[in-house]
Amino acid sequence: MKLSIFLEQLPDEGIAWWQNLASGLGWTLGTAFFAWIIAFTLGSIVGVVRTTDKRWLVRIGDAYVELFRNIPLIVQFFVWYFVVPNVVPAVKAWVIAADPTEFQFVTSIVCLGLFTSARIAEQVRSGIQSLSTGQRNAGYAIGLTQVQTYRYVLLPMAYRIIIPPMTSEVMNLIKNTSVAFSIGLVELFFRTREMAEMTFRYFEAFTAATLIYMVIAMSANRIMAIIERRVAVPGYITGGK
Amino acid sequence: MKRTAPITLALLLSAALIAPAGAQELSGTLKKVKETGTFTVGYRESSIPFSYLDDKQQPIGYAMDLCMKIVDAVKAELKLPNLKVSLQPVTSSNRIPLLQNGTIDMECGSTTNSVKRQEQVWFGPTYFVINVTAAVKKNAGINALADLNGKTISTTSGTTSVPLIKSYEKTKSINVKEIYGKDHAESFLLLADDRAAAFIMDDILLAGQIANSKSPADYKILPESLRQEPYSMMIRKDDAQFKALVDKTVGGVMKSGEIDKLYAKWFMNPVPPKGLNMNFPMTPAIRDAFKNPNDKGVQ
Repeated sequence: MKLSIFLEQLPDEGIAWWQNLASGLGWTLGTAFFAWIIAFTLGSIVGVVRTTDKRWLVRIGDAYVELFRNIPLIVQFFVWYFVVPNVVPAVKAWVIAADPTEFQFVTSIVCLGLFTSARIAEQVRSGIQSLSTGQRNAGYAIGLTQVQTYRYVLLPMAYRIIIPPMTSEVMNLIKNTSVAFSIGLVELFFRTREMAEMTFRYFEAFTAATLIYMVIAMSANRIMAIIERRVAVPGYITGGK
Repeated sequence: MKRTAPITLALLLSAALIAPAGAQELSGTLKKVKETGTFTVGYRESSIPFSYLDDKQQPIGYAMDLCMKIVDAVKAELKLPNLKVSLQPVTSSNRIPLLQNGTIDMECGSTTNSVKRQEQVWFGPTYFVINVTAAVKKNAGINALADLNGKTISTTSGTTSVPLIKSYEKTKSINVKEIYGKDHAESFLLLADDRAAAFIMDDILLAGQIANSKSPADYKILPESLRQEPYSMMIRKDDAQFKALVDKTVGGVMKSGEIDKLYAKWFMNPVPPKGLNMNFPMTPAIRDAFKNPNDKGVQ
């Protein structure tokens, strides 16, 4: 164990290793943040669609979830990064014109966003379906439209129910950003490997990465716990505080 | 009885001292191999023609041929003709940790022997000497490394090319953007797809990727060299017993001239699976390494 390694300079770059890891952490958090926005938005839409009475919409929603849920994340990264630009000429033109880092960043956000959205969609669906059909019928009975029933009756309850599994998804998303190293995104895991390979201080580098990932995933957990407490309706969910 | 004891002891001691190498106490890798009955060779999946998978997904190549000579020597040394040889794929990034933690006992690929790496691992005799340079597309109008200013280059993460290109940028005050592939095939794909203007890597590996590409005539390798580097097989550090066996075996292949046949087989003739021909004649540096087997690392 040699902690001073983090203060040592990188060859030819004028920054220390801890700064290199910190820049990686920035990319990790940025990727996770934007991917979460995509995941939550798309996941909610697809999840809701799968509980409507339109059969064809349900089919499309199911297909979407199965597509993104059944392919390993690393394979999805390769498809987005290597295959899509070669089959879609517009993407190819953009790839060549764009800054390579920018393309890696956007690819990672889209890939992780869609992957996670399929999982969110599944949770939103199960949250809505866990409510008794009486809730939906009550909404219709007092003259609400389908959209209004979702907005005012079903979703407020469903989201509260699924906060705990959604917390896991946020934590998973943060940890899954590490797979983006495979397309060369310079996030925390990429920087960790780089440090290990160039200094041969594998133990120090990976210990640092382990602690950093734990701290950010646990912070996300705490934040979600606060949200859960803030929005809790007393007596609504059994065992709720 | 009492009087003969010291004599017996002395006899035993002298017997131990004059015993042949095979009878000395085993240590390090040889001890581990003897105990587990398995010798694990780490190979690369796309380091053509050193160590790569053929159409039957079997690792073959120049380095693999040399390493199999070492495997034979291990079998003879340990008197284990049925020694199990298992093959484990490794990458640029995991080859050193996997060697250190005992997953593999020797790495046979295209690993640069550097002084820095020697702090972590040991090397056998140099079996190849390369130049680090760039592969570019012929129609890109790039004729020197300096022409890469402002362009994007690809390289494989975890290789010695990464710090080299960074220090070159600094000394020549040019600016390039690096993107990283996780293996050579991927880095080359970035060049082939025009997403990088050049692929910076060891010249022989570039020749391999070019020969393997859809249209080899589209590419060229720049004559400049960022650095010369010796290649060798990696073994665990501080394992003098195994190192002596490796040096003796590979040195013997070099001294006997058998190495010339191996070289011609892999670098001057079509190699499986697709019949690619590297057409890479022996350079003076390589000839010299064969004449004087050594394990000197590059700075």
